Formats: sequence, C-alpha cells, structure tokens
Amino acid sequence: MASRPFYLFRNMMGKLAAIPMVLAVSFVFVGGTLWTVYHSFTSSRLLPRSDFVGLMQYERLWSANRWLVAIENLMIFGTLSLIFTIVVGFLLAVLLDQKIRFEDTFRTILLYPFALSFVVTGLVWQWILNPQFGIQGVVRGWGWESFTFDPLNNPNIVLYGLLIAALWQGTGFVMCLMLAGLRGIDDEIWKASRVDGIPKWKTYLFIVVPMMRPVFITTLVIVASGIVRLYDLVVAQTSGGPGNASQVPSMYVYDYMFQAQNLGQGFAASTMMLLSVLIVLIPWAYLEFGNRKERSNG
Amino acid sequence: MDFTKALLCSTAIVAAGSAHAVDLEVTHWWTSGGEAAAVAELANAFNASGNNWSDAAIAGGGSTARPIIVSRIIGGDPMGAFQFNHGRQAEELIEAGMLRDVTEVAEREGWRDIVNPPSLLDACTMDGKIYCAPVNIHSWQWLWLSNGAFEQAGVPVPTNWDEYVAAAPQLREAGILPLALGGQAWQSTGLFNVLLATIAGPEVLQQVYGDGDIDMAEGPEIAAVFVAAEQAREMAQGSNIQDWNQATSLVMTGQAGGQVMGDWAQGEFAEAGLVAGEDYTCLPGLGVRAVISTGGDAFYFPRHNNADVTAAQEELAASLLRPETQVAFNLKKGSLPIRGDVDLDAANDCMKRGLEILAAGDTLPDTNMLNTEDTNTQLNDLFVQFFQDPSITPEAAQADFVRIIRSKD
Repeated sequence: MASRPFYLFRNMMGKLAAIPMVLAVSFVFVGGTLWTVYHSFTSSRLLPRSDFVGLMQYERLWSANRWLVAIENLMIFGTLSLIFTIVVGFLLAVLLDQKIRFEDTFRTILLYPFALSFVVTGLVWQWILNPQFGIQGVVRGWGWESFTFDPLNNPNIVLYGLLIAALWQGTGFVMCLMLAGLRGIDDEIWKASRVDGIPKWKTYLFIVVPMMRPVFITTLVIVASGIVRLYDLVVAQTSGGPGNASQVPSMYVYDYMFQAQNLGQGFAASTMMLLSVLIVLIPWAYLEFGNRKERSNG
Repeated sequence: MDFTKALLCSTAIVAAGSAHAVDLEVTHWWTSGGEAAAVAELANAFNASGNNWSDAAIAGGGSTARPIIVSRIIGGDPMGAFQFNHGRQAEELIEAGMLRDVTEVAEREGWRDIVNPPSLLDACTMDGKIYCAPVNIHSWQWLWLSNGAFEQAGVPVPTNWDEYVAAAPQLREAGILPLALGGQAWQSTGLFNVLLATIAGPEVLQQVYGDGDIDMAEGPEIAAVFVAAEQAREMAQGSNIQDWNQATSLVMTGQAGGQVMGDWAQGEFAEAGLVAGEDYTCLPGLGVRAVISTGGDAFYFPRHNNADVTAAQEELAASLLRPETQVAFNLKKGSLPIRGDVDLDAANDCMKRGLEILAAGDTLPDTNMLNTEDTNTQLNDLFVQFFQDPSITPEAAQADFVRIIRSKD
C-alpha cells in the first residue's frame, strides 16, 4: 500500500504536458467568456465599466432591426449551407470513390478553393457576380441584352450570392472528409452486399451512411462552427449590404464593440451568439457522450 | 578607458542629435486624391520645424480607422497624433486620461481669439481644458450638380432641391442616374441629416439630436423629412457603388445628375481640374436654406512620457493652426479654414459661398458634436436599410427613428 504512488502524481508527464492547455482554456476561453457575459449587463461604452443596468442591453438588442435581420440571415444561410455542403460533399466523394482515372487530379481541383481564405473567396466572387464586369456583363456582351444576374445588388437574393461563394469554398473540404470515411469502410461489406444482390445506391444509403456516422458528426461540427462565426466572407463580398440585407450577427458584434464604441451592446450580442451555440451543442453532446458511457458500461 | 569615454560621448551626441528630429507618427484616414494632396501640406509645414511627419494613413474612412486608432491607444501603443472628427468621438478617451491636453499651446498661440466660429474650440474643450487642434471646417449641406448631365437631359440646372426632384424623371429618360449615392452606411445617414437640416431647419435638428426631443421626432416636421428622403431614395435607385468618391466621379463624368455630399467633394472636383459654375454647380443648403454645419477634423495627441515626443506634439499642434498651413491645407482639401483672419483669395466660387455663410453666422452644430458614435451607428443601421430597400415606408422608418432618439444619451 505504501509503495503505491499518490493519486495526483500518477501519469505525471501527461499532466505536466496538459498544464499549458488547461491554463489557456481556463483563463482565455472560460475567463474571457465570463468577463464578457458579466460586462454585457453593464453600460460599458468605449471602456469596460462595472455599472449595472440589468437587461437593458438585451432589450435594446432584440428591438434592433439589424440584429433581427442578422439572426434571420444566419438561420437561412446556416440551414442551406449545412445541407448543401454535406449533400454535395458526400455526392462528390461517392463519385470519386468509383475508382475513376485521375482521381488525384480531381481531388486536387476540388480541394483547391479551400486553400483560399474567405477574404479572397469573397473578393473573387464579388467580381464574378458584379453586374458590370462579371457573369451578367459577359452574357450581355454575347448579345443577350436583357439577361440579369446580380445577386449582390438585390436585397432579396443577396444571401444566395454569399451561399454560392461559401459552397464553392467549403465543399471540397467536406468531400475529402467524406472520402476518408468511405475509404474506411471495409471491402468485405461491399462484397457481402454484392453477393446479396443489393443495388449500389441502397448499399450507400442504408449501410455505408450509417457506418459513417462519426465522420458525419465531425463534419457537422466543423461546418456549423464555421457558419456561426461567419464574418470575413460577408465583409469581403458585400460588407453587409445592400442596406442591411446580408448582415450577420458577428458583424453586429464587431460594429457595436468598435465602431459604435458601445462594448455593452456588443457583449450582449456576443453572449446571445454563445447561447445559441450552447443550445445546439449541449443536447448533442449529451446524446453523443451520455450514451457512450452507458454503452461502455453495458 | 579612453575608448569607453569616446564611445559614451558619441552616443550622447547621437542622442542629443535625435532629440530635435523626432519621427512623429500621425494617423489619419485621408486617402483620396484631394485629401492626400491636402495632408501633404500639413506634413510639409510640420517638417519645416525640423521634425519628421511619419505618415500612417488608414484607408477605408473613419469607421475603419477609428477602431484601429482607439485599440492602439487602449493597447498602450499610441501614435504621436491622430485625426478624429471633433465632437464626442474622443469623449471617453479624454475621460480615461489617455489624451494630453494642449491648453498651454492654445494659450501661447492665442487660439481662443483666432478660432472662428468659437464652437469649434468648444468641441475640443472638456472641463476647461483643450484637448485637440481643429484644422478645418467641413459642412455636409451641399448639393453637387453636373452641368453636362442636365444639358444632355435638356433641363436647366436646378437652383434648389425641389427643382432637382422635378427634373429627376427627365434625367432618367436620358439614361442618367438622377442622384448618386454610395452604399456605405454613413453616406445614407449624411443624406438624411442634410435633408433634416435644410427642409426642417437647424432648430429642429438641434432639438432632435441635441435635446432628444421625442415629440419633435414623432412630429410632422420630421415626417416631411422622411417623405423627402423617400423621393431621394427613388432618385438614387440603381447607383451600384460603394465609396463617396466613386459617386462624385459619376457626377464629374455626367453619368449622374448630382450628389449630396459634404464640401470634401470639392477637393475631388478641383483635383480633376473642373471649374465651378461651368462644369459643375454647387448649392449650399441644397438651395433651400443657406446653412452649413461646422463639423470638421481635429488632431488629438495621446499621452506620451518621452519628452522629445511631447515637444514634437506641441510643435505640430502649433503648426496646424498657423495661417500659411491653414490656407495651403484648406485649398487642397476643399474645406474652410478655422480662422477668420486668413486670406483665401485663391478660393473658388463654391468655397467663397461657404465663407460668406460662415461669416453671416448661419451655422449649425455637426451631428458628431450632438450624437455619440453609438447613436450614429444606430442611425446608420436605419438609413442604410431605408435608402436601399424601397419596401420600407417613411412611417415605419420614422417609428424606428423615434426609438433611436428615445435611447440616445
């Protein structure tokens, strides 16, 4: 009994190595978050102050038209971009998985947009969608004078202009994740399904997809977190316009914290963003990790 | 030992030599053609004192530059001097003691006696101390019209806002955009505030923004302004541009009939070599009411511990207000000088009309002096939406306007 090492010192090296990360998480992330939430209940302007005003900042936030537009935009953009990146990414991966020739070349071409930052992507698509110089200008130059395609100048469809750029940039990456998942499926499964005479699409849909559940969840988390913090693409492509038609919550946070010199309002908005992430994340984590414990026990 | 002594002496000499030639980093957001030419005049005047103006321009306008400037000061890496619109933008930095007061320089140079109108210096003053050096007066209330565009449309050049509105359909028929309006939010707010100051009048503007008068904000005077804004929105349909100088260039080339923009647009016309009265026409107060606001730019000086830097800051503050600097700078910038005793013979017709209005005292405070950036940002959110989305009714926009005025401080 006496020779047994003290509990705290077990696996000493591992614990030492984890200390920097633990400190960073507790001070930077948790500490910063608590500080932000705390000051969202104050009337802080340019500099943080501890002068409490209750829920005033939140009341103002939820009566601000721009914030409501931003939330609505994020919902529409988020849902569509989640569905399309995953569906299109999966389809591309399946197509590449058919043991085609020049697979490496196609994979590289499809993944290349991901190497560009959102700022560059935004600028490129701003030019492509520009009515004078982009697609519309070219088609009109061919003689189709009445052709109109100007999503970035039309408040009703500007979100789809953003969506095109986001899909172009992000789908290749999702495809790679999916392809890795597909390659992880045992060949025996395919042989068995062929012996049983199951059509290929049915094998994909009812056998392969359920087996790829971890890959889908990883993809979902990566894509979803990218959507919530969407900022640079919008700034580069539309800067929130025309009008407020393509505003997103993170732009509201930035503008009120730094341009309007109103930290309290910016903090209230960022707290709401955190809350919305938690509402999605907590039930998911509960399902995912709560079940695993039971499974391993049983 | 001798060697060490010699080394010490030489470093002392180097140190003494550098004491008189300080690289003072000056941050501003003047990057368009006319603005850059104007800021070079300020730099020349300062360099003549033996110091060195180290230029740190931030492109993208005040809304981009201000956060950068503020975060550098708060982050403990202040520049030597920076430009803000004077008014309430630097209020909290002063309260937090991050900017130095230049009262001594002001007293030595007698700013109290020379700065005209005195409200400019008041906007720099807090608790009896002066914190900034005003360099120019900018007014928003100008309508710039392209003579060529009206000629092409076959209508005489309007002399006031109503004639302009009436001429808009003919301009459209001739394939000319009646009113050029950039997509950036501050330009939409600016347009509305000009309509507010000219159609409703300066007293109304003072009551709404200065006193936060809710009854006035809900009243018929403001409703009339929103109706005029709706007409302006109609006229501006189809201007797919962002920056204000792009809009000005549409007016200069006759692709657009006109633009409502502050007198800094004057610098662009001058830079392009156009002549007031022949190539373009300017209407102060939109031709409705000859009033101009007395906003403008001022330089602020962050606190530094280095004595060399503080000396250079004082030198800069003094040089900014000297008559020669004022004339050279303001002619290039298209703005009015902040002192009434300088000779501006070289000024063109438009600037002379501005000077006359200024001399007559028909001025109103700039919105930056009445509103905080918080209120201005909320107004930006409202008006950029209003001017880009024709489905918003004037009544709905006014209700939102009242909400903002109610929460202002």
